[in-house]
Amino acid sequence: MATVEDSAHLPHDAHGKPGGWARWVYATNHKDIGTLYLWFAFAMFISGGVMALAIRAELFMPGLQFWQPELFNQLTTLHGLVMVFGAIMPAFTGLANWMLPLMIGAPDMAFARMNNWSFWLLPPAALLLMLSFWVPGGAAAAGWTLYAPLSTQGGMGMDLTIFAIHILGVSSVMGAINIVVTVLNLRAPGMGLMQMPMFAWASLITAYLIIAVMPVLAGVVTMVLTDRHFGTHFFNAAGGGDPVMYQHIFWFFGHPEVYIMALPAFGIVSQVIPTFARKPLFGYASMVYATASIAILSFMVWAHHMFTTGMPATAQLFFMYATMLIAVPTGVKVFNWVATMWEGSMTFETPMLFAIGFVMLFTIGGLSGVILSVAAVDVQLQDSYYVVAHFHYVLVAGALFSLFAAVYYWFPKMTGKMYSEGLGKLHFWWSLLWFNVTFFPMHFLGLAGMPRRIPDYALQFTDFNAISSVGAMMFGLGQLIFFYNMVRSIRHGKEAPQLPWEGANTLEWKIPTPAPYHSFVEAPELKAGDNGVILSMQGGEHH
Amino acid sequence: MPPVLPVLLLAVLAPPAVLANQLNLQTPVTSVARDVYDLHTLLLYITIAIVVAVFGVMFYAIVRHRKSAGHQAKQFHENTTVEVIWTVVPLLILVGMAWPATRVVLAQKQTRGEDMTVKVTGYQWKWQYDYLDDGVAFMSHLSTPRDGTLKTAGGPYLLEVDEPLVVPVGQKVRLLLTANDVIHSWWVPAFGVKQDAIPGFVREAWFKADKPGTYRGQCAELCGKDHGYMPIVVEVKPEAEYARWLTAKKAQLAAQADDPAKVWKLDEAVRRGEEVYRKNCVACHMEDGKGVPGTFPALAGGAITTGPVAAHIDIVLNGSRKNAAMAAWGKQLSDTEIATVITYERNAWGNRDGKVVQPKDIKAARGGQA
Repeated sequence: MATVEDSAHLPHDAHGKPGGWARWVYATNHKDIGTLYLWFAFAMFISGGVMALAIRAELFMPGLQFWQPELFNQLTTLHGLVMVFGAIMPAFTGLANWMLPLMIGAPDMAFARMNNWSFWLLPPAALLLMLSFWVPGGAAAAGWTLYAPLSTQGGMGMDLTIFAIHILGVSSVMGAINIVVTVLNLRAPGMGLMQMPMFAWASLITAYLIIAVMPVLAGVVTMVLTDRHFGTHFFNAAGGGDPVMYQHIFWFFGHPEVYIMALPAFGIVSQVIPTFARKPLFGYASMVYATASIAILSFMVWAHHMFTTGMPATAQLFFMYATMLIAVPTGVKVFNWVATMWEGSMTFETPMLFAIGFVMLFTIGGLSGVILSVAAVDVQLQDSYYVVAHFHYVLVAGALFSLFAAVYYWFPKMTGKMYSEGLGKLHFWWSLLWFNVTFFPMHFLGLAGMPRRIPDYALQFTDFNAISSVGAMMFGLGQLIFFYNMVRSIRHGKEAPQLPWEGANTLEWKIPTPAPYHSFVEAPELKAGDNGVILSMQGGEHH
Repeated sequence: MPPVLPVLLLAVLAPPAVLANQLNLQTPVTSVARDVYDLHTLLLYITIAIVVAVFGVMFYAIVRHRKSAGHQAKQFHENTTVEVIWTVVPLLILVGMAWPATRVVLAQKQTRGEDMTVKVTGYQWKWQYDYLDDGVAFMSHLSTPRDGTLKTAGGPYLLEVDEPLVVPVGQKVRLLLTANDVIHSWWVPAFGVKQDAIPGFVREAWFKADKPGTYRGQCAELCGKDHGYMPIVVEVKPEAEYARWLTAKKAQLAAQADDPAKVWKLDEAVRRGEEVYRKNCVACHMEDGKGVPGTFPALAGGAITTGPVAAHIDIVLNGSRKNAAMAAWGKQLSDTEIATVITYERNAWGNRDGKVVQPKDIKAARGGQA
């Protein structure tokens, strides 16, 4: 019992804030690590965004103006990889790090030191990806899906990409393990599983998806690596391999990955809408079940990405039906959000605007997904710009808008300052407008027959490409508003009140604002309702 | 809000293919493409109805149930009846969609009962068409000049080829698709056909065009550097015209066939080799023979093009063991083509070998294999 006595005598500030760089390099505090994740994700968002703008610049008009085809392919490949693995996934992990312990009454993440590692693996991986543009042969150019046997061609940029994916995979699996253990073991008394906030549920289920599928991705890219260098023939038909097997393994990872980027967004929106509607979330239990069903179904639909590979009719039909089925739980979610808004007392601060924008545009992306799920139609639209439009509605207006909603929503809690509401609203309306100008015309391009991933195009596609490129430039420009608003408000923002949102009633709003460096050092006694709503709290010490 | 709905509606109401900026699928010319077109229209109407219904409710709430309008929040948070309804109704809508969809999927897969068969092989970056019943085979390359201008060879920019696939109208054409190097995808939107061409495997697709005309498409699967430059052109001709074309094509191919016993002189071999180079090699090794540093090796002053001829013949014939991007050309090119292109490569861009590789050298290097 000596250790218990020793620790009881330690002064409470023995593990206070270290100063300077050491605070960040040795960080074990979930709030510091969350902050690191979020800034890293933002830096990657800007890098991937610059690549997107380079792509759109080339496509502004027909002919080759800026890049040769090889570099163009590198840009599309790295844009996808950087946005998926560098921006969206780390941003959600960062938010989970920051908010989960506060929302469920835990003192920190379960594995504080592993948490440090999961973050600090990211910068070297990002560096590998970025540097690969400058190695002989340039970066990987096989598309973010890295389809074999194309990915067995090309220079060492592909090898760097494979290593980067390995590292990013290790990082996200460690992050996911941390989330699972924290949510399952560190909830404060009274915060039962079926009382948890939807954001905690979504993070938990997402974490399971990550643990299940990231090793699959690591495996398949390793097979590409050994095909490239060690004489194996996994994907080389001449050696008895099968190129289509790559796609089956990749999409067994890839489809759950889509939900890894969508479920946390569902969680965020399920916190934001009730707060600003001043009403409890409608259908909390069905939300939980819908999230779990989506996660389970996501393992059974992978081959809908492969309707043109020439599967037998029965396989086309099975994957078509299974995919259509996902619309049911997803629809339930949308209906629940609308029902939460119904008969509410709504106000429209920036987080709410982004949440409503999310519901609207994500639904449009979901419905184009239903159209794509129909195998016969998908054969016509697969690998066309229609697909590009579809997944940007889901990932930009979906994941990214939800991230903006989250950052504005929790900004006062994280920094103790208020962001500028005027700039926030400008950022929303600007993003909403130019997002649609960028991506809506892509539906038409795809229907008319323009394939994706081409650096130059036939003349009948000119006008919509020009419109889309202008939209992209403006959308990109608008993100500077966000950056300026964040930096300015962190430095000079108004002091945030203890409860900046009238309708907020989950646990993170019951502690001081900004959140103390060490929160819930002793677990509080809670009485909680659905969706993490705190009915009463006793105890819980912070410093 | 952005004008999402009006634009969506415009997309449905606009007549296909008459607007300069086409908003809908291309005008279908096969039964499958027509089914796909109608199915897509049906799905679009259903989804628009859902959007209008759901967001109608949402916007009503946004307008009426706001705090600034003095609305008090009602604290309800569940209603089993409603929740069952909005689970079951979408399920029924989906069943309604799946029914016609299943029919079209099965039609797409019905490749039996063909009138003729064409084997389609994807190469980086061109298509080969092989009329299995008639013994006619040829390569189809992009014919738009790649000089940075928007000039064409007479057809639409980037959608024109030197040798289109020619088929008779009203006949069921079965395609057998495969690829030589990486995965390609043969897509002609007006036919409703998109089928991946996969190296080492043969896949099937079919179409039966109702109307004579020229139909254009593109490779749809990212296949490397020049993925955007391997279009597909299909000319659908009336039966009699097709028969005339076929006869002429056979005669033309016979006339073009090289005499494998011919002994070539240096200048004529270099001329012929340059033609072969421009069709097959220029995409990677480039016009000036300098390649793309780091990815595609230079031939001007290259170790192989200035080294022993046996190694040069070997790499062209059998491909590179180190770099998968260098194909084994022995399967695509004749002895004469390989001999002359090697001669060209050893006597161009400052390479000064001065010797002629003859077709019989290639035949010998093949070692008796066909």
